[in-house]
Amino acid sequence: MSSSGAGPGGSAPATQVAARPAILGPQRSRAQVTSSYPHWFYLPAAVVFGVIFVVPTLLAFYFSLTRWTLFTTEFIGIDNFVQFFREPALTMGARNTLVYAAVTSGLKVVIGLGLATLLTSRLRLRNLLRSIIFFPVLVSTVAVGITFAVLMHPSDGMINRSLEVVGIDGPRWLTDPSIALLSVAFVDVWKGVGIALVIFIAGILSIPEDYFDTARLEGGAWVRFRHVIIPLSRNATFTVILLSFISGLRTFDLIWTMTRGGPGFTTDVLASTIYKQYQAGFYGLATAGNVVLFIGVTILIFPLMRFFARHEIEL
Amino acid sequence: MHSTPARLRLILAMLASLAVAACSGGFGGASPSAESSTAPIASEGASAAPSPSEAAEPVSLVYLVDDAEATILRAEAYIEAYTTLHPNVTIELETRPGGTEGDNIVKTRLATGDMADVFYYNSGSLLQALNPAETLVDLAAEPFVGNFVEAYLSSVSQGDAVFGVPSETAMGGGILYNKKIYADLGLDVPTTWAEFAANNEAIKAAGIAPIAATFGDTWTSQLFVLADFYNVQASVPDFAEQYTANEAHYTDTPAAMAGFSYLQEAFEKDWWQEDFGADKFEDGQELLATGEVAHYPMLTFALSSIEANFPDEVQDLGFFAQPGEDAAKNGATIWMPAATYIPKTSSNIDEAKKFLAFIASVEGTEAATSGVAPAGPYMIKGASLPEDALPAVKDIQAYIDANASGPALEFLSPVKGPSLEQITVAVGSGLYSAEEGARLYDEDVAKQAKQLGLPGW
Repeated sequence: MSSSGAGPGGSAPATQVAARPAILGPQRSRAQVTSSYPHWFYLPAAVVFGVIFVVPTLLAFYFSLTRWTLFTTEFIGIDNFVQFFREPALTMGARNTLVYAAVTSGLKVVIGLGLATLLTSRLRLRNLLRSIIFFPVLVSTVAVGITFAVLMHPSDGMINRSLEVVGIDGPRWLTDPSIALLSVAFVDVWKGVGIALVIFIAGILSIPEDYFDTARLEGGAWVRFRHVIIPLSRNATFTVILLSFISGLRTFDLIWTMTRGGPGFTTDVLASTIYKQYQAGFYGLATAGNVVLFIGVTILIFPLMRFFARHEIEL
Repeated sequence: MHSTPARLRLILAMLASLAVAACSGGFGGASPSAESSTAPIASEGASAAPSPSEAAEPVSLVYLVDDAEATILRAEAYIEAYTTLHPNVTIELETRPGGTEGDNIVKTRLATGDMADVFYYNSGSLLQALNPAETLVDLAAEPFVGNFVEAYLSSVSQGDAVFGVPSETAMGGGILYNKKIYADLGLDVPTTWAEFAANNEAIKAAGIAPIAATFGDTWTSQLFVLADFYNVQASVPDFAEQYTANEAHYTDTPAAMAGFSYLQEAFEKDWWQEDFGADKFEDGQELLATGEVAHYPMLTFALSSIEANFPDEVQDLGFFAQPGEDAAKNGATIWMPAATYIPKTSSNIDEAKKFLAFIASVEGTEAATSGVAPAGPYMIKGASLPEDALPAVKDIQAYIDANASGPALEFLSPVKGPSLEQITVAVGSGLYSAEEGARLYDEDVAKQAKQLGLPGW
């Protein structure tokens, strides 16, 4: 991840930090455990963390206030932020970012939970199916993006060729502005649902067997799903929502390999807008964009995390 | 933990360079490779003092070029010819990606003092963004500058300083067209937009897509705007100066806005081929060569790759300047050749200058022609096109000979907005009107001008 984080800079470390406490659970992060090691044991980690994360982040805050050409910097106050918020692609980018994050995390929850329910039941080929669904997670995102861009070509792509056989005139998946973003989101779900599946399977398997026994007495599969699995895998659901929402907010690689933000600016998200500013040589402006993204993600994720932490259930 | 101010400064400097390196890694991907780090060390000792026995002493240089096939073939031809004349010299070729990714690699390597001994890069507005006065060797005093065609000088100059030598041919920007279709339908080369529109309707009626648009490679969408510049200048002669000084804009200059209107019109009248949104540059070349479309708004450098893939069909392709409002004032917009530059950090500036002198000579242009078929005229006095030059290339030469050509805006003004290609795709796909497109582009231009620190913005 570190390489993709380096482009749109500060966002990656920020979200990693934000994500960690949620997974560990709030009880542990707040507990005042007496350390069994002397404090200077933390020093190497602190130095690495400081040099690689804290200092560059602070430098980014400084450079976001300058006009930076790589050769020279000129301090210009908050002009970059003013410019960034006037950016024509910004409104579109912010809207797209939210839509994309909401759509992908929603679908991952629904599909992931459904598949997990199916694949924790007594099913032949269960392990094979789990592996097949998990497999796309292991493939490079860039490779997936390029492959799907070819598959989704309006006339030569395999998807529309297949639809043609059954007499359907397939849409222009990536070049029709009204569906291009959803096409990319669909690929994101295809690629990422395996992670959601694994988390849900772990969640379902941690539900004590007694509940299932009761459900079996009370009624059939529906009771089992509606009154046992859904409420008792809530922790897993929260984790999936949080993780996929964060990754949706800072999505970049799929968008870039599939549409480059196009046609026009219709699939631009915040990260691709910032990347294009770097490409254009607006280093200060792009750094300001990263600071905005950093703060924006933090503002969105913290309340979400607190809400989830408060509603976590004990099994 | 007490650190002295000196140590603190050192640490800060290291961190700053780390941050810069991290950025370049982000956009670059294939940024400075192992090859490049070995190169400068290998070169021979002192650079400034030319020793009398130099002819015998082995010298090595590294030449960084972009990775387009034509660029590599041409660079190899230069190197081969030069090292044949100077057997003691070895020149190693290093490649980098093109486009904006390449821009960042070049800027980063210049800023960190890690540039190759000589490098190939665009002239015009992109050169201005390299901070040439600080980073590049001034060649104004070198005799070979006298070999340049006069019109070229400003594309590689800043003030009185000259930084590069033309290292390819000039190109025409306009409309490549399929002469067979024109002959079959009995059409004439248009000189006004109205005639062009009529031709397009006739071609469409014959069941052929009139114009290739290849928005899958967004840069190809800019031609209607950029190649219209000769027409803009014909009706507003001082547009370039006013535009640089923030006095004229696309929105308030109807002649400049026309390019955006053409894109809107072409979309609305359904002149593009079916897959215009997804097709790429290669598709456009194939569609044109095979006669599936009649026109392709493009730079003539595309001819060399069309020739490689369609050696017979390329003979049926011609070129005409982008039609404008007034037939009497119609002419071709010319893109000036990219140049070879010497960074101030070059390990052997004297030898590098000799190599540049060769590139800027008639022998140099002959070497280039042996590598790649020319896509337009050379910008070296005395150089000529070969007899068997492609028909479309002869078409451009005809515009130049008739004094109906001029450089594109990016060679007259340092300002070119980086988002033009997304905006032209949006206008050409019917997402924005021409007015909206022009307005967005004016904002984009303002950003670039501020970044360059130009007066008046």
